[in-house]
Amino acid sequence: MDQQHASLEALQDIRRIMDRSSRFLSLSGLSGVSAGVFALIGAYFAYNWIWEYYGRYTERGYNTGDFQHLKWSLLALAAAVLAGAIATSFYFTWRKARKNNLPVWDHTSRKLLINLLIPLMTGGVFVLGLLKYSAWAFVAPSCLIFYGLALVNASKYTLSDIRYVGFMEIILGLINMWYPQYGLYFWGAGFGVLHIVYGLVMWWKYDSH
Amino acid sequence: MMNPISNLNKVFDSRIRLGVMSSLMVNADMSFNDLKQMLEVTDGNLATHLVNLEENGYIKVHKGFIGRKTNTTYSITKAGEKAFKEHIEALESMIKGMK
Repeated sequence: MDQQHASLEALQDIRRIMDRSSRFLSLSGLSGVSAGVFALIGAYFAYNWIWEYYGRYTERGYNTGDFQHLKWSLLALAAAVLAGAIATSFYFTWRKARKNNLPVWDHTSRKLLINLLIPLMTGGVFVLGLLKYSAWAFVAPSCLIFYGLALVNASKYTLSDIRYVGFMEIILGLINMWYPQYGLYFWGAGFGVLHIVYGLVMWWKYDSH
Repeated sequence: MMNPISNLNKVFDSRIRLGVMSSLMVNADMSFNDLKQMLEVTDGNLATHLVNLEENGYIKVHKGFIGRKTNTTYSITKAGEKAFKEHIEALESMIKGMK
Protein backbone atom coordinates (compact mmCIF):
# COMPACT_ATOMS: atom_id res chain seq x y z
CA MET A 1 0.00 0.00 0.00
CA ASP A 2 2.75 2.43 0.96
CA GLN A 3 4.77 1.50 -2.10
CA GLN A 4 1.76 2.07 -4.33
CA HIS A 5 1.01 5.37 -2.72
CA ALA A 6 4.63 6.44 -3.23
CA SER A 7 4.45 5.43 -6.91
CA LEU A 8 1.34 7.48 -7.44
CA GLU A 9 2.96 10.48 -5.80
CA ALA A 10 6.09 10.08 -7.90
CA LEU A 11 4.02 9.97 -11.10
CA GLN A 12 2.07 13.05 -10.09
CA ASP A 13 5.35 14.81 -9.35
CA ILE A 14 6.72 13.93 -12.78
CA ARG A 15 3.56 15.14 -14.45
CA ARG A 16 3.60 18.42 -12.56
CA ILE A 17 7.26 19.12 -13.29
CA MET A 18 6.86 18.26 -16.98
CA ASP A 19 3.97 20.70 -17.26
CA ARG A 20 5.59 23.42 -15.23
CA SER A 21 8.97 23.20 -16.92
CA SER A 22 7.67 23.40 -20.48
CA ARG A 23 4.70 25.76 -20.26
CA PHE A 24 4.03 29.07 -18.60
CA LEU A 25 0.87 28.20 -16.71
CA SER A 26 0.29 31.40 -14.76
CA LEU A 27 -1.35 33.20 -17.67
CA SER A 28 -4.57 34.55 -16.19
CA GLY A 29 -7.93 34.63 -17.96
CA LEU A 30 -8.48 38.09 -16.47
CA SER A 31 -5.49 39.31 -18.52
CA GLY A 32 -7.50 38.53 -21.63
CA VAL A 33 -10.58 40.27 -20.25
CA SER A 34 -8.67 43.45 -19.35
CA ALA A 35 -6.94 43.57 -22.75
CA GLY A 36 -10.35 43.15 -24.41
CA VAL A 37 -11.88 45.97 -22.37
CA PHE A 38 -9.07 48.34 -23.40
CA ALA A 39 -9.51 47.33 -27.03
CA LEU A 40 -13.25 48.06 -26.95
CA ILE A 41 -12.75 51.45 -25.28
CA GLY A 42 -10.13 52.26 -27.92
CA ALA A 43 -12.41 51.16 -30.76
CA TYR A 44 -15.22 53.33 -29.34
CA PHE A 45 -13.06 56.46 -29.35
CA ALA A 46 -11.64 55.68 -32.77
CA TYR A 47 -15.14 55.23 -34.16
CA ASN A 48 -16.29 58.59 -32.82
CA TRP A 49 -13.21 60.45 -34.02
CA ILE A 50 -13.50 58.98 -37.50
CA TRP A 51 -17.21 59.97 -37.63
CA GLU A 52 -16.38 63.50 -36.56
CA TYR A 53 -13.70 63.70 -39.23
CA TYR A 54 -16.11 62.62 -41.96
CA GLY A 55 -18.69 65.07 -40.63
CA ARG A 56 -16.24 67.92 -41.16
CA TYR A 57 -15.15 66.41 -44.48
CA THR A 58 -18.69 66.60 -45.92
CA GLU A 59 -19.17 70.07 -44.47
CA ARG A 60 -16.07 71.81 -45.79
CA GLY A 61 -14.16 69.29 -47.89
CA TYR A 62 -10.71 67.81 -47.51
CA ASN A 63 -8.44 69.63 -45.14
CA THR A 64 -4.84 68.53 -44.56
CA GLY A 65 -4.87 69.80 -40.99
CA ASP A 66 -7.98 67.79 -40.10
CA PHE A 67 -6.55 64.67 -41.67
CA GLN A 68 -3.17 64.99 -39.94
CA HIS A 69 -4.95 65.60 -36.66
CA LEU A 70 -7.04 62.44 -37.06
CA LYS A 71 -3.99 60.40 -38.08
CA TRP A 72 -1.90 61.37 -35.07
CA SER A 73 -4.82 61.07 -32.65
CA LEU A 74 -5.47 57.53 -33.85
CA LEU A 75 -1.80 56.59 -33.54
CA ALA A 76 -1.64 58.02 -30.02
CA LEU A 77 -4.86 56.19 -29.14
CA ALA A 78 -3.44 52.92 -30.47
CA ALA A 79 -0.28 53.37 -28.37
CA ALA A 80 -2.35 54.15 -25.25
CA VAL A 81 -4.59 51.12 -25.77
CA LEU A 82 -1.57 48.87 -26.27
CA ALA A 83 0.16 50.21 -23.15
CA GLY A 84 -2.98 49.86 -21.03
CA ALA A 85 -3.71 46.36 -22.29
CA ILE A 86 -0.13 45.16 -21.69
CA ALA A 87 0.11 46.74 -18.23
CA THR A 88 -3.18 45.33 -16.94
CA SER A 89 -2.67 41.87 -18.50
CA PHE A 90 0.75 41.72 -16.93
CA TYR A 91 -0.72 42.69 -13.57
CA PHE A 92 -3.35 39.89 -13.55
CA THR A 93 -0.80 37.28 -14.65
CA TRP A 94 1.73 38.49 -12.09
CA ARG A 95 -0.98 38.25 -9.44
CA LYS A 96 -1.85 34.67 -10.40
CA ALA A 97 1.81 33.62 -10.40
CA ARG A 98 2.32 35.14 -6.96
CA LYS A 99 -0.78 33.42 -5.62
CA ASN A 100 0.54 30.05 -6.82
CA ASN A 101 4.05 30.82 -5.60
CA LEU A 102 5.52 30.51 -9.08
CA PRO A 103 8.08 32.79 -10.71
CA VAL A 104 6.78 35.22 -13.36
CA TRP A 105 10.12 35.42 -15.10
CA ASP A 106 11.68 32.01 -15.78
CA HIS A 107 12.66 30.06 -18.85
CA THR A 108 9.01 29.23 -19.67
CA SER A 109 7.86 32.87 -19.72
CA ARG A 110 11.02 33.75 -21.65
CA LYS A 111 10.21 31.16 -24.32
CA LEU A 112 6.58 32.27 -24.40
CA LEU A 113 7.57 35.89 -24.93
CA ILE A 114 10.16 35.19 -27.63
CA ASN A 115 7.78 32.98 -29.60
CA LEU A 116 4.97 35.52 -29.24
CA LEU A 117 7.19 38.39 -30.34
CA ILE A 118 8.59 36.86 -33.54
CA PRO A 119 5.29 37.03 -35.54
CA LEU A 120 4.14 40.08 -33.56
CA MET A 121 7.18 42.27 -34.35
CA THR A 122 7.06 41.11 -37.96
CA GLY A 123 3.43 42.23 -38.05
CA GLY A 124 4.27 45.52 -36.36
CA VAL A 125 6.87 46.45 -38.95
CA PHE A 126 4.58 45.26 -41.73
CA VAL A 127 1.74 47.48 -40.49
CA LEU A 128 4.10 50.48 -40.25
CA GLY A 129 4.87 49.82 -43.91
CA LEU A 130 1.14 49.85 -44.71
CA LEU A 131 0.78 53.19 -42.90
CA LYS A 132 3.69 54.64 -44.86
CA TYR A 133 1.78 53.96 -48.10
CA SER A 134 -1.56 54.98 -46.56
CA ALA A 135 -3.01 51.51 -47.05
CA TRP A 136 -5.31 52.15 -44.07
CA ALA A 137 -7.86 49.57 -45.08
CA PHE A 138 -5.46 46.69 -44.54
CA VAL A 139 -4.21 47.70 -41.10
CA ALA A 140 -7.00 45.95 -39.15
CA PRO A 141 -6.85 42.63 -41.04
CA SER A 142 -3.03 42.62 -40.84
CA CYS A 143 -3.14 43.23 -37.07
CA LEU A 144 -5.59 40.35 -36.64
CA ILE A 145 -3.69 37.91 -38.85
CA PHE A 146 -0.25 38.54 -37.36
CA TYR A 147 -1.61 38.54 -33.82
CA GLY A 148 -3.38 35.24 -34.52
CA LEU A 149 -0.17 33.72 -35.88
CA ALA A 150 1.68 34.95 -32.80
CA LEU A 151 -0.85 33.24 -30.51
CA VAL A 152 -0.70 29.97 -32.44
CA ASN A 153 3.09 30.08 -32.30
CA ALA A 154 3.17 30.88 -28.57
CA SER A 155 0.51 28.35 -27.59
CA LYS A 156 3.12 25.58 -27.32
CA TYR A 157 4.60 27.43 -24.35
CA THR A 158 1.50 28.26 -22.32
CA LEU A 159 -2.11 27.14 -21.78
CA SER A 160 -3.05 25.39 -25.02
CA ASP A 161 -6.44 27.19 -25.26
CA ILE A 162 -4.52 30.15 -26.71
CA ARG A 163 -4.16 28.16 -29.91
CA TYR A 164 -7.89 28.38 -30.63
CA VAL A 165 -7.98 32.11 -29.93
CA GLY A 166 -5.17 32.38 -32.49
CA PHE A 167 -7.15 30.45 -35.13
CA MET A 168 -10.20 32.66 -34.60
CA GLU A 169 -8.11 35.86 -34.91
CA ILE A 170 -6.61 34.58 -38.18
CA ILE A 171 -10.06 33.70 -39.57
CA LEU A 172 -11.44 37.12 -38.60
CA GLY A 173 -8.45 38.79 -40.25
CA LEU A 174 -8.84 36.81 -43.46
CA ILE A 175 -12.56 37.57 -43.75
CA ASN A 176 -11.75 41.22 -43.03
CA MET A 177 -9.42 41.27 -46.08
CA TRP A 178 -12.53 40.88 -48.26
CA TYR A 179 -14.53 43.53 -46.40
CA PRO A 180 -11.83 46.10 -45.61
CA GLN A 181 -14.36 48.90 -45.05
CA TYR A 182 -15.47 47.21 -41.81
CA GLY A 183 -11.94 47.08 -40.35
CA LEU A 184 -12.83 48.73 -37.07
CA TYR A 185 -15.69 46.29 -36.43
CA PHE A 186 -13.48 43.28 -37.13
CA TRP A 187 -10.72 44.79 -35.01
CA GLY A 188 -13.17 45.31 -32.13
CA ALA A 189 -14.50 41.78 -32.48
CA GLY A 190 -11.03 40.19 -32.58
CA PHE A 191 -9.19 42.25 -29.99
CA GLY A 192 -12.18 43.19 -27.83
CA VAL A 193 -14.99 40.64 -27.83
CA LEU A 194 -12.85 37.54 -28.47
CA HIS A 195 -10.39 38.47 -25.71
CA ILE A 196 -13.20 39.03 -23.21
CA VAL A 197 -15.09 35.85 -24.09
CA TYR A 198 -12.01 33.62 -24.09
CA GLY A 199 -10.61 35.35 -21.03
CA LEU A 200 -13.81 34.56 -19.12
CA VAL A 201 -13.81 30.96 -20.35
CA MET A 202 -10.20 30.49 -19.27
CA TRP A 203 -10.77 32.25 -15.97
CA TRP A 204 -13.74 29.98 -15.29
CA LYS A 205 -11.76 26.89 -16.35
CA TYR A 206 -8.51 27.50 -14.43
CA ASP A 207 -8.87 30.24 -11.84
CA SER A 208 -12.38 30.50 -10.49
CA HIS A 209 -12.20 27.62 -8.02
CA MET B 1 4.54 -12.35 -12.82
CA MET B 2 7.70 -10.36 -12.25
CA ASN B 3 7.85 -8.17 -9.19
CA PRO B 4 7.50 -4.62 -10.51
CA ILE B 5 9.66 -3.18 -7.71
CA SER B 6 12.71 -4.73 -9.38
CA ASN B 7 12.02 -2.56 -12.45
CA LEU B 8 12.20 0.67 -10.48
CA ASN B 9 15.41 2.52 -11.20
CA LYS B 10 17.45 3.19 -8.05
CA VAL B 11 18.95 6.31 -9.63
CA PHE B 12 15.48 7.89 -9.72
CA ASP B 13 14.79 7.32 -6.03
CA SER B 14 15.81 10.90 -5.42
CA ARG B 15 13.08 13.46 -6.07
CA ILE B 16 15.62 15.93 -7.40
CA ARG B 17 17.09 13.48 -9.92
CA LEU B 18 13.57 12.53 -10.99
CA GLY B 19 12.76 16.24 -11.31
CA VAL B 20 15.82 16.89 -13.50
CA MET B 21 14.88 13.98 -15.76
CA SER B 22 11.23 15.11 -16.00
CA SER B 23 12.29 18.63 -17.00
CA LEU B 24 14.78 17.38 -19.57
CA MET B 25 12.23 15.02 -21.11
CA VAL B 26 10.12 18.00 -22.23
CA ASN B 27 12.87 20.60 -22.86
CA ALA B 28 15.58 20.11 -25.47
CA ASP B 29 18.06 21.65 -23.06
CA MET B 30 18.05 23.57 -19.82
CA SER B 31 20.69 25.64 -18.08
CA PHE B 32 21.89 25.06 -14.54
CA ASN B 33 20.02 28.15 -13.37
CA ASP B 34 16.77 27.14 -15.09
CA LEU B 35 16.92 23.76 -13.34
CA LYS B 36 17.76 25.37 -10.03
CA GLN B 37 14.81 27.76 -10.26
CA MET B 38 12.49 24.99 -11.42
CA LEU B 39 13.34 22.51 -8.69
CA GLU B 40 14.01 25.01 -5.91
CA VAL B 41 17.28 23.50 -4.71
CA THR B 42 20.68 24.87 -3.69
CA ASP B 43 23.65 25.01 -6.08
CA GLY B 44 25.64 22.33 -4.30
CA ASN B 45 22.74 19.95 -3.97
CA LEU B 46 21.78 20.23 -7.64
CA ALA B 47 25.40 19.90 -8.80
CA THR B 48 25.83 16.61 -6.92
CA HIS B 49 22.72 15.12 -8.45
CA LEU B 50 23.68 16.29 -11.94
CA VAL B 51 27.10 14.65 -11.63
CA ASN B 52 25.38 11.43 -10.58
CA LEU B 53 23.05 11.50 -13.59
CA GLU B 54 25.94 12.30 -15.91
CA GLU B 55 28.01 9.40 -14.56
CA ASN B 56 25.10 7.08 -15.23
CA GLY B 57 25.06 8.31 -18.82
CA TYR B 58 21.52 9.68 -18.53
CA ILE B 59 22.31 13.33 -19.27
CA LYS B 60 24.83 15.25 -21.38
CA VAL B 61 26.61 18.40 -20.27
CA HIS B 62 27.37 21.21 -22.70
CA LYS B 63 29.73 23.92 -21.54
CA GLY B 64 29.31 27.17 -23.39
CA PHE B 65 29.71 30.89 -22.97
CA ILE B 66 27.35 33.85 -23.06
CA GLY B 67 29.81 36.69 -23.45
CA ARG B 68 32.39 35.92 -20.80
CA LYS B 69 30.06 34.13 -18.42
CA THR B 70 30.03 30.36 -18.53
CA ASN B 71 26.70 28.88 -19.50
CA THR B 72 26.33 25.19 -18.77
CA THR B 73 23.34 23.44 -20.27
CA TYR B 74 22.08 19.92 -19.86
CA SER B 75 20.16 17.61 -22.14
CA ILE B 76 18.89 14.05 -21.89
CA THR B 77 20.66 11.13 -23.63
CA LYS B 78 19.02 8.22 -25.48
CA ALA B 79 19.93 5.96 -22.57
CA GLY B 80 18.42 8.46 -20.14
CA GLU B 81 15.17 8.64 -22.08
CA LYS B 82 14.93 4.83 -22.15
CA ALA B 83 15.68 4.49 -18.43
CA PHE B 84 13.15 7.18 -17.57
CA LYS B 85 10.39 5.57 -19.64
CA GLU B 86 11.06 2.18 -18.05
CA HIS B 87 10.90 3.78 -14.63
CA ILE B 88 7.50 5.32 -15.41
CA GLU B 89 6.19 2.00 -16.70
CA ALA B 90 7.35 0.33 -13.49
CA LEU B 91 5.58 3.00 -11.42
CA GLU B 92 2.40 2.51 -13.46
CA SER B 93 2.41 -1.25 -13.09
CA MET B 94 2.84 -0.86 -9.34
CA ILE B 95 -0.28 1.28 -9.16
CA LYS B 96 -2.22 -1.17 -11.33
CA GLY B 97 -1.09 -3.99 -9.04
CA MET B 98 -3.00 -2.34 -6.22
CA LYS B 99 -6.44 -2.74 -7.82
